[in-house]
Amino acid sequence: MEIGAGQSAYTFTVLLMLIGLYGMVLKRNLVKKLIGMNVFQAAVILFFIVQGYKSGATVPIYDPALGTAPERYINPIPHGLMLTAIVVSVATTGVALALLIRVHRHFGTLDEPALLIQLRKDG
Amino acid sequence: MPATTFESARPLLAVVVSLAAVPLIVASSRRPNLREAWTLVAAFAKAGLVVSMLPWVLAGRTAVCRLWELSPGITLALRVDTLGLVFALVGSTLWVLTSFYSIGYMRAAGEHKQTRYFASFAVCLSATIGIAFAANLLTFLVFYETLTFATYPLVLHRETPEAKAAARKYLAYTIPAGLALLVATAITWSLAGTLEFRPGGFLTASMASPVALRLLFLLFVLGVGVKAGIMPLHSWLPSAMVAPTPVSALLHAVAVVKAGVFGVLRVTGFVFEPGLLDSLSLGTALSWVAVVTFTLASLLALAQDNLKARLAYSTVGHLSYVVLGAALVNVWSWTGAILHLTFHAILKITLFFCAGAIYVRTHRENVSELAGIGRQMPVTMAAFAVASLGLAGLPGVNGFVSKWSLASGTLMADQRLFPLLVVSGVLNAAYLFPIVHTAFFRRSPAFPRFGEASPLMVVPLGLTAVASVVLGLAPNLGLHAWDLARAAAVAVTP
Amino acid sequence: MIESNLPVAIAVVLLFGTLAVVSLGEWRRGLAWPAAFVTILVFAAMSVALLLIVMRRGPVRAPIAGWAAPIGIEFVVDGLGAFVVTVIAGIAVLVALYAREAVGRETPGRETPFFAMFLVLLLGLAGIVLTGDLFNLYVFLEIASLAGYSLMAVGDARAVVSSFRYLIMGTLGASLYLLGVGFLYTLTGSLNMADVAARLPELASNPALLVSVAMMVGGVGLKMALFPMHLWLPDAYTYASSTTTAIVAPVMTKVSAYVVIRMLFFVYDLELVSRELPVGTILAWLSAAGIVVGSVMAIAQTDAKRMLAYSSVAQVAYIGVGIGLASPLALVGAVLHILNHAAMKCCLFLVTGGVTLQTGRRSIAEYAGLGRLMPWTFAGFTLAALAMVGIPPTNGFFSKWYLVLGGIQAGEWALVAVVVASSALTAVYFFRLLELIYAAPAEGLTASDPGLGMRLPVVALGVGVLVLGLGNAWFVTHVIQPSLPGALRAIT
Repeated sequence: MEIGAGQSAYTFTVLLMLIGLYGMVLKRNLVKKLIGMNVFQAAVILFFIVQGYKSGATVPIYDPALGTAPERYINPIPHGLMLTAIVVSVATTGVALALLIRVHRHFGTLDEPALLIQLRKDG
Repeated sequence: MPATTFESARPLLAVVVSLAAVPLIVASSRRPNLREAWTLVAAFAKAGLVVSMLPWVLAGRTAVCRLWELSPGITLALRVDTLGLVFALVGSTLWVLTSFYSIGYMRAAGEHKQTRYFASFAVCLSATIGIAFAANLLTFLVFYETLTFATYPLVLHRETPEAKAAARKYLAYTIPAGLALLVATAITWSLAGTLEFRPGGFLTASMASPVALRLLFLLFVLGVGVKAGIMPLHSWLPSAMVAPTPVSALLHAVAVVKAGVFGVLRVTGFVFEPGLLDSLSLGTALSWVAVVTFTLASLLALAQDNLKARLAYSTVGHLSYVVLGAALVNVWSWTGAILHLTFHAILKITLFFCAGAIYVRTHRENVSELAGIGRQMPVTMAAFAVASLGLAGLPGVNGFVSKWSLASGTLMADQRLFPLLVVSGVLNAAYLFPIVHTAFFRRSPAFPRFGEASPLMVVPLGLTAVASVVLGLAPNLGLHAWDLARAAAVAVTP
Repeated sequence: MIESNLPVAIAVVLLFGTLAVVSLGEWRRGLAWPAAFVTILVFAAMSVALLLIVMRRGPVRAPIAGWAAPIGIEFVVDGLGAFVVTVIAGIAVLVALYAREAVGRETPGRETPFFAMFLVLLLGLAGIVLTGDLFNLYVFLEIASLAGYSLMAVGDARAVVSSFRYLIMGTLGASLYLLGVGFLYTLTGSLNMADVAARLPELASNPALLVSVAMMVGGVGLKMALFPMHLWLPDAYTYASSTTTAIVAPVMTKVSAYVVIRMLFFVYDLELVSRELPVGTILAWLSAAGIVVGSVMAIAQTDAKRMLAYSSVAQVAYIGVGIGLASPLALVGAVLHILNHAAMKCCLFLVTGGVTLQTGRRSIAEYAGLGRLMPWTFAGFTLAALAMVGIPPTNGFFSKWYLVLGGIQAGEWALVAVVVASSALTAVYFFRLLELIYAAPAEGLTASDPGLGMRLPVVALGVGVLVLGLGNAWFVTHVIQPSLPGALRAIT
């Protein structure tokens, strides 16, 4: 498997990761942090998918005209793995949103610094 | 004569019998007489078991009890060799007397939390016998640290701010010491591949560089030196006097501090080779530290008005006599050191017993308040007088025998040490005899009538005083103190 | 290697147990706990059986659905894995005993979802330990994490906030791990741990390999609360309910440490990697910082649970130091500490939970005088505290012993000094508490020991720290050493 060709894809992935990190770390609003997390996860997923690409290859469904030569089909394994990862991401987002609803209901705010003050305050 | 080794469960029983008493003590907390009975049963049983092993050691047979592996290649093991038996005898026999004394003291003083007190005591004595019989450094370390933490509740006992401060100070000194000992043991294992105590040592010059060996020795000394009261690691001891007097008597005159000097003896005689100590000048260094300690301690004792504090500094001084003997590594100095380990214990415990009896009857703690007390408590003060004679090294009492051996040892090794030993003997007299004088020959105005403390307290101190005289005249009587000390010294020294 | 379905059966039991809890619990609330407890007992029995099989006959492999590796996913259980899964099961049994009363009192009405999530957490953790496939590990890691976030959010409203922050950081960690897996897949074309390990040596100097190591260790390190990524831990442990902390604290960070060990010693060859990127050294020094920071912060706390949380940061860092030192005895110490710390910390958190439930007290100063009022609880506490300080013959002493020996073996004296000095720091914050518990008057309070279900695990663990200490050599020679990779098996 090659890592080489198509550097731009990797650059883009790294960029997405950085955006995601920026969101997770530097944003004050919890929902924005969550979005940042999702972006980061999406970046990782994209990274995997790009791995599977081969130039000149097509969808991994057997085509008698192409035969069984592996270099004619893109690698389906990363796609399969990433389906699982997407499910994980969705589940995590679901749990996170459920938590956020509770936080908002109890504290009335989703601003992290304000919440931290509240945390430290109660005895 | 070659020692034959054989397996026996008796050393294990001797260690464990007081541990077995602990749940019984705790369960009887509502019935003091039953609870105290358990302590006495355990004490007699322990002393009996230890004494029963005396014939074996005298015949040159070494009982060994190997339990299970504590760490790959190192077994939890007990071995009853001469030195170990001496320490075990001291601890176990004096525990019997201290138990009676404790009962008298705790009841007369109305102390609280007696269950915790008696239970902790029982654990301490298990640890002490474990230290005595430990066959290797790791077993020693396990019991040594257990002793530290079993004595903590006893120092803390009164729970006053002073007691808490003293207990914290105690830990502040003993915990780092335990860590030093841990590192020293680990390094020894890495260097030598064994931790088993061998008479004559097992660490040789070929195992590491001189610098490394010196650092290792320093770690060991830091490790055992805190309990052994080597200056400047000693200052926990006077502070610990805030504990009830039986604690000071048994633990801080006998078990804990003697465990420290016992550790020094083990390290200098059974871990490092004597030749190694010589070639690295470690023996000399340690002996001078000991000299500074006993000189300074005796001077500090003079300055104390609180009786127990004075006795504490006296203990620090006398412990360093043992350290000196250990450091000089010749037959006489070792014989003297081991004899002094035993005899000082008996003498010091007498003094502490007297101090406690006086406190319980009169609530007086300071030397300046003791004028005329000799008339009121003649037996107590007579015992005190006898013990003072012994500690000063006057013939007729056992202290003379051990000091005389030590003195011979210093003459064999480094003659400059001899006058320093004499001077400190004089200082001993200087801080003890005036107390006796004040008690008997001064009169205090408006002196209420006191009278002796309860027999539970007076009989033990009388017994130890009498024993001191008997041993002073016939050092080998009864438990063969002389034979044992001599045999241990011969086995170790070149 | 023998083939057996036992590892898979463990996962299946936990999965069906969850279903049983949900269905029975919805029908009758009182059935939630019994269903969960029975499942956990079966899980424990199977773990012990697995451990015995592995000890006697060697590693066990279980290809899932009949697809053989390296194409299929397989569960591979060696001595290390069997050991860790047994620790998880043992702690689970004790916490489950405690949970019966505690969950009912702390979070009434929520028993069914709580115990369901509890089993899912165990499923995730067991899966992480049992699997032999890199991606499968990610899946189980996230299963465990999600269950963890949910459990941690039950109770107090503050717990929800700390759980959310943990969620963000934890997912970041898992994603980094996944990224690391991605790089490995790119390099070797395989996701099977053994297969990857066989293929890696030729690629030793490939920069992608170094990136993947960094990603994986960084990601899992975050889950392990490796300094400086430990910031999520104190809040999460402090505000979560006592049962949750009691199961999460002893186990989750340890399983992450297990993953680091598995990666660094069984998949990558640490020696080869260290020539280009000194992973071991960095890990050891970050852990040393964690030990110091954790211990110092613990001393500064006034809330009992928070103090124990910082203490956990320090203790997991011991394991990190052991891994980073990478000498045989240091690794033994690290693996043994997985067991030892699990036992000690579980006991301590069960006690703080019991105290809060019985007296409503949370801060250290309020523990004054409780020793008399709750004797059994604090007897266990004292033993566990002594073990944390590292006093022989408790198990904590022996972890320290092996780590010190390992440090001496590796010649890293500074790290030995850190490990030793931290013992003294630990003594400060535990003895301060013990002094309060036993030597201060209780202010006008009547309290008593909680019920048997909550008391028994505490006492069992208290006795356990002594037994594990005295018997530690058995574990070391029969379980831990045989499972270490060949080069690291020699003791001296």
